Amino acid sequence: MEKRVLKDDNDRVDGILKVTGQAKYFAEYELPGLTYGVLVTSTITKGKITALDTKAAEKAPGVIAVISHLNKPSAAAYEQEGGPQMKIFYTDKIFYNGQPIAIVVANTFERATHAASLVKATYAKEDFNTDFEKALKDPKAKKLQGQADYKRGIENAYKTAVVKLEERYFLPIETHNPMELHGIIADWRPNNQLTVYAKTQGVKATQGTIANVFKIPMENIQVNSEFVGGGFGMALRTWPLEIATVMASKHIGKPVKVVITRMQMFTMVGNRPAAIQTIGLGANKDGKLTGITHRAYGETSTYENFTEGVVNMAKFMYQCDNVNTAYAIVPVDLGVPIWMRGPGEATGAFALESAIDEMAHALDMDPLDFRIKNDPETDQQKNKPFSSKNIKEAYKIGAEKIGWSNRKNKPGSLIEGPWQTGYGVSVGVFNANRGKASVKGILKADGSLHLQSATSDIGPGTGTGMTLIANKLMKIPVNKITFELGDSSLPPAPSQGGSATLSTVGSAVNDVCVALKSAIAELAANSNMDATANFVDVLKKNNLPQIEVTKESQGGKERDNYSMYSFSIHFVQVKVHALTGVVKVSKIVSVGDSGTIVSPKTARSQMLGGAVGGIGMALTEESIIDHRYGRYINNNFADYHVPVNADVPEIDVNFINKPDPYINPMGAKGMGEIALIGFSAAVANAVFNATGKRIRTLPITPDKILA
Amino acid sequence: MINFQYLRTTTAKSAIALLVKDKNAKFLAGGTNLIDLMKRGVTAPEKLIDINHVPLKQIEQIGNKIHIGALASNSAVADSALIKEKLPLLSWALQAGASAQLRNVATVGGNMMQRTRCSYFYDTEMPCNKRQPGTGCGAMEGFNRMHAIFGASEKCIAVHPSDMCVALTALDAEVVVANAKGERKIPFKDFHRLAGDTPQLDNNLKADEMIIRLEIPMNNLAKNYHYLKVRDRASYAFALVSVAAAFELSNNKITDIRLAMGGVAHKPWRLTASENFLKGKEATLSNFEEAAQLAMKDAKGFGGNDFKLKLAPNTIIEGLNLAKSKV
Ligand SMILES: Cc1cc2nc3c(=O)[nH]c(=O)nc-3n(C[C@H](O)[C@H](O)[C@H](O)COP(=O)(O)OP(=O)(O)OC[C@H]3O[C@@H](n4cnc5c(N)ncnc54)[C@H](O)[C@@H]3O)c2cc1C
Ligand code: SF4
Repeated sequence: MEKRVLKDDNDRVDGILKVTGQAKYFAEYELPGLTYGVLVTSTITKGKITALDTKAAEKAPGVIAVISHLNKPSAAAYEQEGGPQMKIFYTDKIFYNGQPIAIVVANTFERATHAASLVKATYAKEDFNTDFEKALKDPKAKKLQGQADYKRGIENAYKTAVVKLEERYFLPIETHNPMELHGIIADWRPNNQLTVYAKTQGVKATQGTIANVFKIPMENIQVNSEFVGGGFGMALRTWPLEIATVMASKHIGKPVKVVITRMQMFTMVGNRPAAIQTIGLGANKDGKLTGITHRAYGETSTYENFTEGVVNMAKFMYQCDNVNTAYAIVPVDLGVPIWMRGPGEATGAFALESAIDEMAHALDMDPLDFRIKNDPETDQQKNKPFSSKNIKEAYKIGAEKIGWSNRKNKPGSLIEGPWQTGYGVSVGVFNANRGKASVKGILKADGSLHLQSATSDIGPGTGTGMTLIANKLMKIPVNKITFELGDSSLPPAPSQGGSATLSTVGSAVNDVCVALKSAIAELAANSNMDATANFVDVLKKNNLPQIEVTKESQGGKERDNYSMYSFSIHFVQVKVHALTGVVKVSKIVSVGDSGTIVSPKTARSQMLGGAVGGIGMALTEESIIDHRYGRYINNNFADYHVPVNADVPEIDVNFINKPDPYINPMGAKGMGEIALIGFSAAVANAVFNATGKRIRTLPITPDKILA
Repeated sequence: MINFQYLRTTTAKSAIALLVKDKNAKFLAGGTNLIDLMKRGVTAPEKLIDINHVPLKQIEQIGNKIHIGALASNSAVADSALIKEKLPLLSWALQAGASAQLRNVATVGGNMMQRTRCSYFYDTEMPCNKRQPGTGCGAMEGFNRMHAIFGASEKCIAVHPSDMCVALTALDAEVVVANAKGERKIPFKDFHRLAGDTPQLDNNLKADEMIIRLEIPMNNLAKNYHYLKVRDRASYAFALVSVAAAFELSNNKITDIRLAMGGVAHKPWRLTASENFLKGKEATLSNFEEAAQLAMKDAKGFGGNDFKLKLAPNTIIEGLNLAKSKV
């Protein structure tokens, strides 16, 4: 089967496979003798399991095993003292409501589901608290430092500024909710040989975690994850449910498949933690910032700490001599959070970029002018020049396209019947990373190039980007290039996170191509061929069916000399209905400043997805808990509102597309995170401009507009 | 496995006969609500009587009434040329509900019989008087943002989630139901009930009865009408508040008017006082505003839904405005 029928070199290499159902996701693998696992979850929020009645489940038709802390199958690392607290099936402790406490394995999914409902736990309950705000107010509740305090110049300088503000911003829990449900297939065979089909952002990470828990060599474990139906960060770790599945397979000696339910997606695979942030800003009359203070509290679990970069942006985004930040995490009795797209930076940008808008308003300045006025030439935090930064150009493009000149600085000025129109802008910024990765290249005499790396593609179009890098360097047509990923036996690469894959793995692709070219040149020279000879001719002349090269690649000194960030500017126009409080995003212009755009189509898709996620963060998404019970209230797709098509206007995506001279050979910086970071503030700012109402608690639902 | 028997029948008569034979039997129409409730363990019928093959899908005019069979799909009704021409308010209300995929299989009868979306009702680990009488109302002091502001009882403050039913209440529809002995008619406004002391009962359909069809009288409300649904996202979300508004104008004077609200009570909420006020009056903003205030008499919030006390009258005003501005 021809893998690809591309109409355009920039088409997604696996697009046809995906839209024709040929792309195979983890849950679609059918192994001989496959069995099905379903997880039983706690119905209390904190305490201990005092008894677990599994008899009825064990007797139910088709049931092969019920595994819990009562009959914990061996997992070497969990048998030792210490280590993580949440050692699944090695503890009778309940840390949160919905925690997996047993797995029922049966010969069909339906039978396992039914039998799981027959497992009855008895608990010794303890007092609990799932309410982050309550914990924050409680002097007895723990607050842990999440990041070292930062101070430049005078602390809290905003307090003595001519123009000052101090505001508090609240972000609720959000749940990643990719379309594909989480799960894994584990096939433990004799001699501790294990194959898993996983939904993971890192096949090597999954391999490593499992090897650690079961204390078997990495080489014994084969992890496959060719296609992932959306990750957004939730597949950046191997979750207890996955370990439970491996345990089950080891225990029964058969492959076990687990696909969790949508409800379990709210309690088993993390979320974006709630955050409460205070921003203090001070400025002089001319609109120069004189003080920035960013204090944030993020939610974490009681059994594991989770931190992220909530207060990073305040340290370098604006020119200001006096900056201080603090970030603490507050444990509550919920499952541990995990990075969600844009992670902490998106949380932080909501607060900071809202506050910047508020300050511009206090100064009676256009918020765009205010940003430009305070745009730094160098990174004051690292005291280094930026490797590249074209933010002023991005402001200009975006302002023109959204029609910024139609905006009135006085809120509530644009009224048409019951609809009020407003414009908002916000900046997003994220580390432009580059890690270490290896790629193998096989150049064949049939004119094809085959590339391999144990990286992942959770949707951004990794294969497409890598193919285009090789295509450009090798001048080999894209349909003669394949890029293989999602297989732990391939040359190692880091997990797909932090917008770093194109930079990291792409650099290795670059290095492989350069090496292949020089190998061909050498062969050509040795066989008296012209230096420009086609590699096919060179290989044939040398009677070589193929040559291969493996290269490990990583950044060097340039990372010490420059401050490297990707930037985005989001412009939105909103319409707010004065009577019903409905907010419609009516126009979006996003401008990405992330170096060279290697893969224009998939890069654009990233920006589209970021804007849609941003609308969700701004207007609709919130995971609601009834704190009396510690249970989620809206844990389904009817009640947890991700934006639908009708919520999303046309999105005008633009790129600066200028190479960064230092980051990597392609000059390309990551852009998965910046597509979302800042977006929610742009919406909140536009809502303010439309109505004069400043909403500091997301999501901006009609009730908040009417309040 | 919780086994159930699946039966299929092709006549209303035999469907009713099967229903009365077993205490724990239920009709299966589109299944978009019933199957979800079964999966969540909220209900566990022993018999499912599939009525999708009962020929009750008619949408037709008979005399000065429009008849709609209980098994006509939500999208068939919404897209019907006859409904669009004569009862556009109903078509709009249906279009505002659920998603295209759901509307394709959901039926008129099933839509009327759909149960509340209260989260506590769905979660069998939580208290709920509607699901399990006597366990308490989880929403009363919990998450009640979506809940009732009118006619709530101490036992239950849930709302009926349907959009279609709001329009049908406004349109003075009648519900034709049948048991083994014969048919009877229930005025639509009396079909659903308030929770009172028996929140487990959503409506007045008796255990041995089947919904056969709707009969909707012709009217002159096809010009100035609007179904305005306020929700948390633009589509595929239940109403925070919705308003069905339709009136007949003569010289800018309102000669006939229908107003009903959704998302505010245990049943579709007909705004009779507002209607009476507006009848004979001019269609002006100030009259609309006064009518909206009249509608809010006796409204009561429970904390999370207090915003509806403001949203509801605003939505009435805007619904009337939009109905007026239809050309
Ligand atoms: C995600 C989601 C979103 C939704 N959003 C909306 C919305 O925004 N607005 C809205 O109005 N609705 C919404 N709905 C609800 C939807 O309209 C109902 O589920 C649907 O109308 C039910 O019809 P059905 O034919 O599938 O009923 P079924 O599920 O088959 O049956 C429901 C009940 O009706 C009984 N029943 C069916 N037919 C008869 C009959 N002829 N006589 C007696 N009893 C009968 C059944 O026994 C059962 O108890 C949504 C549903 C979902 C799942
Ligand atoms: S409002 Fe009604 S349905 Fe909801 S919890 Fe209370 S009793 Fe149950």
